[in-house]
Amino acid sequence: MKRLMLLLAVLSAAPALAQSTLEAVRSKGFVQCGVNTGLAGFSQPDSKGVWRGIDVDVCRAVAAAVFGDSAKVRYTPLTAQQRFTALQSGEVDILSRNTTWTITRDTGLGLNFVGVNYYDGQGFMVPRKLNVKSAKQLGGATICVQPGTTTELNLADYFRANNMKFKPVVIEKLEEVLNAYFAGRCDVFTTDVSGLVSVRGSRAPKPDDHVILPEVISKEPLGPAVRHGDDRWFDVVKWSLFAMLEAEEMKLSSKNIDQASSSKDPAVQRFIGASGDVGKMLGLDNRWAFNIVKQVGNYAESFDANLKPLGFERGLNRLWTQGGIMYAPPIR
Amino acid sequence: MAANYGWGRRIAYQAAALLAAVALGWFLARNTAANLEASRIASGFGFLAREAGFEIGESAFLRYSASDTYLDALAVGLANTLAVSLIGIALATVLGAAIGLGRLSRNFLLRSLGAAYVEFLRNVPLLVQLFFWYAVIAEGLPHPREALEPLPGVFLSNRGIFFPTFSSSPALEGFNFAGGAALTPEFAALLIGLATYTAAFIAEIVRAGVLAIERGQWEAAYAIGLTRRQALAHVALPQALRVIVPPATSQFLNLTKNSSLAVAIGYPDLVSVANTTINQTGQAIEGIAIIMAVYLTISLSISALMNWYNARVMRR
Repeated sequence: MKRLMLLLAVLSAAPALAQSTLEAVRSKGFVQCGVNTGLAGFSQPDSKGVWRGIDVDVCRAVAAAVFGDSAKVRYTPLTAQQRFTALQSGEVDILSRNTTWTITRDTGLGLNFVGVNYYDGQGFMVPRKLNVKSAKQLGGATICVQPGTTTELNLADYFRANNMKFKPVVIEKLEEVLNAYFAGRCDVFTTDVSGLVSVRGSRAPKPDDHVILPEVISKEPLGPAVRHGDDRWFDVVKWSLFAMLEAEEMKLSSKNIDQASSSKDPAVQRFIGASGDVGKMLGLDNRWAFNIVKQVGNYAESFDANLKPLGFERGLNRLWTQGGIMYAPPIR
Repeated sequence: MAANYGWGRRIAYQAAALLAAVALGWFLARNTAANLEASRIASGFGFLAREAGFEIGESAFLRYSASDTYLDALAVGLANTLAVSLIGIALATVLGAAIGLGRLSRNFLLRSLGAAYVEFLRNVPLLVQLFFWYAVIAEGLPHPREALEPLPGVFLSNRGIFFPTFSSSPALEGFNFAGGAALTPEFAALLIGLATYTAAFIAEIVRAGVLAIERGQWEAAYAIGLTRRQALAHVALPQALRVIVPPATSQFLNLTKNSSLAVAIGYPDLVSVANTTINQTGQAIEGIAIIMAVYLTISLSISALMNWYNARVMRR
């Protein structure tokens, strides 16, 4: 269905693509955001049906920046295979779905990645009872994997490089591929380590029965992406993400941002829109960043609310000032 | 009014319609190319010669590894589609004919079992049935280390059915069985699902074909001393085939196209491999064009074969 949409979109007259995404979003009154079909901590509806996760928070931040209201988002749950077509065809305005930034995707798929909201790497999970200690012992294993992912390619590369053989079982839906793994159809489930931690914490019948092997076999910088060729929208989404990081660095949070107007720090004054006009330069309200922090929170708040309860460590995703590699360019 | 149209006018209308269709096609193709270019999406079939880089779980007939090209990967997908379709068609035909004739039997039990089979199988969506069979195999059977051995050398586990060949027999090695030949759970679930589902429709077609024979034909057959079985084999069925073959052809085509539901349970058929290819290369239009062209070719081939067979049946 998504593919048909793409066909229709590319077959339709060229001017349809000419309208800027920011204008289109403004006139329809909400941001259409492509998210995961359900990955705890990244994007998953909670018990009340409200979408939650760090990927969801990026969408909410953009809505807060554009509309001053983080609730003006509609979500389109997408499988790994549907995601790029959905963005290309204009079905979603942002793809915020734990997607790895690679050169092929940046150039060949007509996307632009706006940045990284989670630095990740690919790992392996095995049932504890198999008594496997290292990925090097996985020769001959049957491995469950989702199609259309960098995971599928890294997996083949890793086994080729280490001269081992494996049998992939490739199933599109996360639920189905997990069922196959938990039923013992596969010896191993592989995806990004964040996905393994999330799945083990939220889906495994007994989390302790599964171990994540120490090897991390790839770099997986996960981030939101927009369509190529709309720089205005690209800027809005990119700086919405950076504003969350910058707020953490400035120690501004949803709790204290109301008091920030009395701050003497000129950088804080610029950030909340009390001085300067960075908001206007983005084509937004000058209080865009204030609204993001007030309604969504800074990066640390988003991380602590969504990922920490599942047992995630900040690790690489700490700010650069605290030994991590999260770094936002200056907002000035 | 139509009768008043002259010869020249008819030609003119048809030429205009043809011209409009060609112009529309040309416009769409040009527009698509321009839009793809504008949004920087790669196009063309050059990607087929590039290294695929992903593994495929099983391959009927062909050898494949991640260092082969996308074209090789698609060929493996096609071979897998053909394998499950052809075996599925054979099984569905045999099973369907048996059930169809069973429903015509004078034995009450046989007749009702046939009716129950047809009503149950054809009224549950195929996708649900595929999930059912897959769950039965993947969740119902034990791990390879506790595999069942119903016959010497034949092992049943959630990794599939392993059986010996002339040259080697399966043995547990590391994570799984090695040696011998194997039916994977994905292939087995898809084959069972497709064959049993389609058999329900074929059973009805066979029953209809036999019932379409005039009573006079049966009476004539009995009158020359044939038993019921002989009358069925030599008088009724040859005539029934004329009624059976055309709708059965549709069912064969359906089975082949339904095999694309393989995606849901992880059997690497053409659609599954093409989907992965599309996603890795981003070239959806080319990928979809390949899928459509291949299914069209398969379907037209089956149609041609069945039409030829039907023509032969009609001549008798």
